[in-house]
Amino acid sequence: MQPLLDVRELEVKLFTRSGTVTAIDRLSFTVEEKETVALVGESGCGKSMTALAIMGLLPSPPARLTGGEVLLQGRDLARLGDSAMQKVRGRQISMIFQDPMSSLNPVMTIGAQLSEILRRHMGLTGASARKRAIELLAQVRIPDPQRRYDAYPHELSGGMNQRVVIAMAIACEPKLLIADEPTTALDVTIQSQILKLLRDLQLAYGMGIIFITHDLGVVAEMADRAVVMYAGRKIEEAPIDPLFEQPLHPYTRGLIGSTPAAEGRHSRLAEIPGSVPSLRDLPAGCAFSNRCPSVFAACHSERPPLIRPAPERAAACLLVQP
Amino acid sequence: MSGSAAALLSVQDLSVQFASGDGVVKAVSEVSLDVGACETIGIVGESGCGKSTLAKAIMRLHPASSGRIAVQGQDITDLSLDALRPVRPLVQMIFQDPYHSLNPRHTVGKIIGRPLEVARWRRADIAERVHVLMNQVGLPADAYHRYPHEFSGGQRQRIGIARALALQPRLLICDEPVSALDVSIRAQVMNLLQDLKEQLGISFLFISHDLSMIRHFSDRLLVMYLGRVVETGSAEALWRNPAHPYTKALMATAPIANPKAARARQRVTLEGDLPSPLNLPPGCSFAGRCAFAAPLCHAQRPDLRAGPDGRRFACHFDLWDVPFGAMPAPVSPMPASKEITHAVE
Repeated sequence: MQPLLDVRELEVKLFTRSGTVTAIDRLSFTVEEKETVALVGESGCGKSMTALAIMGLLPSPPARLTGGEVLLQGRDLARLGDSAMQKVRGRQISMIFQDPMSSLNPVMTIGAQLSEILRRHMGLTGASARKRAIELLAQVRIPDPQRRYDAYPHELSGGMNQRVVIAMAIACEPKLLIADEPTTALDVTIQSQILKLLRDLQLAYGMGIIFITHDLGVVAEMADRAVVMYAGRKIEEAPIDPLFEQPLHPYTRGLIGSTPAAEGRHSRLAEIPGSVPSLRDLPAGCAFSNRCPSVFAACHSERPPLIRPAPERAAACLLVQP
Repeated sequence: MSGSAAALLSVQDLSVQFASGDGVVKAVSEVSLDVGACETIGIVGESGCGKSTLAKAIMRLHPASSGRIAVQGQDITDLSLDALRPVRPLVQMIFQDPYHSLNPRHTVGKIIGRPLEVARWRRADIAERVHVLMNQVGLPADAYHRYPHEFSGGQRQRIGIARALALQPRLLICDEPVSALDVSIRAQVMNLLQDLKEQLGISFLFISHDLSMIRHFSDRLLVMYLGRVVETGSAEALWRNPAHPYTKALMATAPIANPKAARARQRVTLEGDLPSPLNLPPGCSFAGRCAFAAPLCHAQRPDLRAGPDGRRFACHFDLWDVPFGAMPAPVSPMPASKEITHAVE
């Protein structure tokens, strides 16, 4: 069976005046239908850049796709021209971002923004576009959708606006939804509403979801599998149960240890020393070697290959036994 | 004088109001709290619940509309800025954003030494003290002559912490001190705060929306909703057995970094939005989102009263044995705000 999305050896470089850096380093992963894959990592690890590369929205310059394939049901999006890609975006893949206000036009009503998508991609017109837009608003559980249709973004709360953005994202029933930190700007109780909404919509539409987050709590709630990234590379991949129970990479262990657990209050948290290195001066060998508690001589010279110690699991660490 | 003699900080019935074009915003309403020596109080709540305003009012950065604030028994609510000066060193604050709370044109040494300058320390003493502080928070000695932009978020937060410690405060108010930091850096800063607490015997007022962090760090919790305290008590008791429906909802919906535990608990969500703090209706401000709301709740505001394990909570009903998941689903979504007052047609 061919996966819904098959990202193969994706490579993105940033060409800047002060030199070229590799933002995404031969990243491969798949997403099946109805599956949620979390891309996990800290700022600068390349998780958002990966989303933009899949969407064909890399900020260029300085970023450029320099290698790899992005196969959506077997079709390579990386080789599509701009106009062909425009038909894919919104229709087959959509994306929601962290800040709903930055995805909405402040001087257009939310209804007009929704209808625009339906007219452009679904060929609906006038009254039928309006009817479908109101259906979508109801589906993302916006109360009183008839009246909300004519509301402007500033008249709605952050949580409501994120629902509008989700309605726009699912308007064309995409096969793949990319959610980039969709709940980071929201409060705890609103976050749980939005996560539930995404789960319900996934059941209803059967779409695959790429969920980008730095929050391991959200990963545990939402994802089937997780890809952990560090400095542009996949350093671990696993279904979430084994990932949390038995993380293989020291960085994943550090991330899990630095999140307060349900037990052991007042004990010290596990620290990862130092900070995320700049892509410009990554240490030689393993990029994590200068922060790793298990580091040994070979880590400073040898770049750890991705080892697959068990089905569905992978880790890039010299300590992992095949 | 207000407050018990033992309390380092005593806040009595504090209210803070803002006048806006559309009416009066009651940002903080009748909040009381005592912080003892070496004690950590966590303040939990969602945006707009008044937790940051409360902190600023305690720092005398916002005027109190009514109520009293006392530090070590001394009422500071109406002190003039001059009279406040000897009290200020006792209570210091760390801010959320390490990028905007440091002067970009000052060196790290100047920033950390600034409170000492204001307190008229001698120049040589300042330099010496700054080096001690830098060492204490884990900043390298060569940071003294460098500028904030040369440091990462975590290091900058250390600079802010060193500055807050300069005058040897007895209470440190931390407003979301790690929210802006990367996950791996959060643990470093949390551990530093924990060490300082143990070494220096400082008390903390720890404000956060991150329940796991706040529970990890706090002895007692204060849960706020729309400017009011809805429940307060020991962190463990509130976590295990929340009595107020809002506390229940917070505990039940906070993501936990454990997939099996996340699946095992019932997936419940609290519906509705935070209502507008403008012109709040009479009665319990949570009633519009509460599955247990009865006519009484819409008519009469519940006062804080005693509950199990020494807690106090503001609810008309005794719900501490009822898990959040067992709460009946609301028959129809209650009006949650001015925005959402009409039912779905």
